[in-house]
Amino acid sequence: MAMIDIHVKILRYQPGKDDKPGWQDFAISVEDEATILDVLNEIHWRHDGTLAYRRSCRSSICGSCAMKVNGRNVLACETPIHRFGSKLKIEPLSGFEIIKDLVVDLEPFFAKLKRIKPYLIVDKPLPDKEFVQTQEQLEQIGESTLCILCAACSAACPSSWPNQEYLGPAALLKAYRFVFDSRDDGADQRLEIVNDKNGVWRCHTIFNCMEACPKKIKITEYLSRLKVKVVENSL
Amino acid sequence: MKIEEARKYHKIDAVIVGAGLAGLRAALEVAKSGLTAAVITKVYPTRSHSGGAQGGIAAALANVSEDSLESHMADTVKGSDYLADQDIIERFVNEALKTVYEFEHMGVPFSRTEDGRINQRPFGGHSAPRACFAQDITGHVLLHTLYEQCLQHNVLFFNEFQVLSLLLKDDVARGLVAWDIRAGGLHIFHAKAVLLATGGYGRAWKVTSNAHANTGDGVALVLEAGLPLEDMEFVQFHPTGLYKHGILLSEAARGEGAYIVNDRNERFMKTYAAAKMELAPRDVVSRAEQTEINEGRGIGGQDYVYLDLRHLGRDKILSRLPQIYDLALNYLKVDAIREPVPIQPTAHYSMGGIPANVRTEVIKDAAGSVVKGLYTAGEASCLSLHGANRLGTNSLQDAATFGRIAGVHMTEFCKKNAFSDLPGKPLETAQGKIDRLWGGGKERHAPIRLTLQENMTKTMGVFRNQDDMLKMLGVIKELQERYQKVGVDDKGQAFNLDLIEALELENLLGFSEVIVEGALARKESRGAHFRSDFPKRNDGDWLRHTLAWRRSGKIVLDFSKAVVIYPQYQPQERKY
Repeated sequence: MAMIDIHVKILRYQPGKDDKPGWQDFAISVEDEATILDVLNEIHWRHDGTLAYRRSCRSSICGSCAMKVNGRNVLACETPIHRFGSKLKIEPLSGFEIIKDLVVDLEPFFAKLKRIKPYLIVDKPLPDKEFVQTQEQLEQIGESTLCILCAACSAACPSSWPNQEYLGPAALLKAYRFVFDSRDDGADQRLEIVNDKNGVWRCHTIFNCMEACPKKIKITEYLSRLKVKVVENSL
Repeated sequence: MKIEEARKYHKIDAVIVGAGLAGLRAALEVAKSGLTAAVITKVYPTRSHSGGAQGGIAAALANVSEDSLESHMADTVKGSDYLADQDIIERFVNEALKTVYEFEHMGVPFSRTEDGRINQRPFGGHSAPRACFAQDITGHVLLHTLYEQCLQHNVLFFNEFQVLSLLLKDDVARGLVAWDIRAGGLHIFHAKAVLLATGGYGRAWKVTSNAHANTGDGVALVLEAGLPLEDMEFVQFHPTGLYKHGILLSEAARGEGAYIVNDRNERFMKTYAAAKMELAPRDVVSRAEQTEINEGRGIGGQDYVYLDLRHLGRDKILSRLPQIYDLALNYLKVDAIREPVPIQPTAHYSMGGIPANVRTEVIKDAAGSVVKGLYTAGEASCLSLHGANRLGTNSLQDAATFGRIAGVHMTEFCKKNAFSDLPGKPLETAQGKIDRLWGGGKERHAPIRLTLQENMTKTMGVFRNQDDMLKMLGVIKELQERYQKVGVDDKGQAFNLDLIEALELENLLGFSEVIVEGALARKESRGAHFRSDFPKRNDGDWLRHTLAWRRSGKIVLDFSKAVVIYPQYQPQERKY
């Protein structure tokens, strides 16, 4: 472990002060094992208290700290600086309105989640104990439940940028998660919602979402299976 | 009262602070009854730290082996080192099965047995495989599922709001004042019932598994309101924190069979807990680890030991413990399939907190007098379910079960009672905090917080003694004085992280004093509180709860609150 000098460019925007976002440079020393979040904390705590960013768990599970570093969407907390070398360029996620510095407006992102009815819909009587679900049935949805709603996928999606109405990869992945849950009876309702020009069909299998996902979820693949299900269901 | 002073005034039946498992479960219960429930949270709900829980949720389903409610109760009593209140444990184990089945019916993707039922794994201090799990992301899936249920039932969410003061008068809760982090500005929430579900206070330590958000805000608000805190000196150190980072590596690793070894490659737990080995309760394992380290048997003589998963094999590691695998790889560049993982004890769980009864009503004295309309649940609370040491997987169960119970009682309360008037000048306290920081001096919050955390880790860890703690008390007093001169660089309204961190620091400094005072006074060793200068448990003098108030700037302690003990679960020597 040693200290190294790094050069950090951060896209800053202070509402009420700045007309538009602009770059600010920081030259700082950090441990060579530091993460991007450590770098932001170092700047915020010792150099410039006005810097704003989101963070909480610092263990890759809460999804607060998705941002763009040297052009790639990452979770700041789990990303070591050595992945990028001594020059860092940090900016907020694309495709969202900036509230301040690295903090973007996620209200539209969470509103989309609600639109696909993200809860188990059960028509049958509930069992006294648990529903029986085989390991194979669970396997269908297992990986999709890893999603931490960090929005890195939506921010990487070229179909999402120009079209705020598009449900986007995270909400569609959530639709997949429930449609393919063996316990759920709400597939028809959800498939109707996603069978729309701003639903699954707006996904052009560009794979950016998959590459951006910090949980390595095969989002594009699941969205494709959702498309097949929509077609099957309408036959 | 000038309501127009607040940018916003909200009148809501039940206001819930915190969007972890306890808060969301309570909100869901209230919303389902048709009343309005609002959740106020400083992070988006899915960012809450319940999501950090990995290994499982305890319930004696007996899906993979014999188990019983009596066994769950006996294990929890013994795990608590007999300090837990047994009426609370009884209620807890009786509700636990229902809580898990409810979660399953909501769609939680539990890992499954061969015959398609909820799978269960062993956990420390539990005498049967009782941890119902979803790989090693159990808290994450429970949290997301509950959030989604709340969306379905139209719970109101005030995301990114920081609560700055409770509105209490004549021992009746009337609401609270919160700062809108996103846009700036104070909001008044006028409520019939208020639930504090703000989580733990582990951020007072440098080496901690806790999220940045876990600054014990609810605990601090209660102290500030002149109400007592309970058993604050009891803080659990988790034995498998990722070295240097403190990040949690779930006990599920040991549940699946992982070893802990020292520099001589010995499974040293055989010296400390020959029967349970690595699956002894966390206080026992953390003490063993720290002893090995202190006696020079850490790896290379350093301050860590190894968690060894290699013999579990690639398939089991990747299918059952994928998050642990990724954490070790990302943060330490250690491939757990091929290498042992460096670990050390890390501040993890707050057994102490806001005292409440079995109905989750906040109490204000040792006799159990209730503050009307004020409730608490989850890690912020001290019921006391966990006593001096919590068993793994009992926390998710605690948060969900007592969250639901809180929701039931808040609903009843709201239906029976009208809104009480707000106290005069409701914004005064909150506005005062903001004004002081904006008009403050040259001190900055970051160095004060770092000094506090470093010293808490040094003196208030696994082993404690009087000299260290007296010094710690001095450090806290000095830091509290420096805090009076703290100003913030950022004077802006929108997303002012500088301001939020400075406000949180005041909370850390407030309750840390209570932790140290309680630990100094408690001249015995029990559960997670171990005094090198008083290494034995002393039931004669100390089988009591600690209540602590801040009165005229001083911490006042009271040990008259007795522990509820049933005849069949009398204190015994605790061996594993």
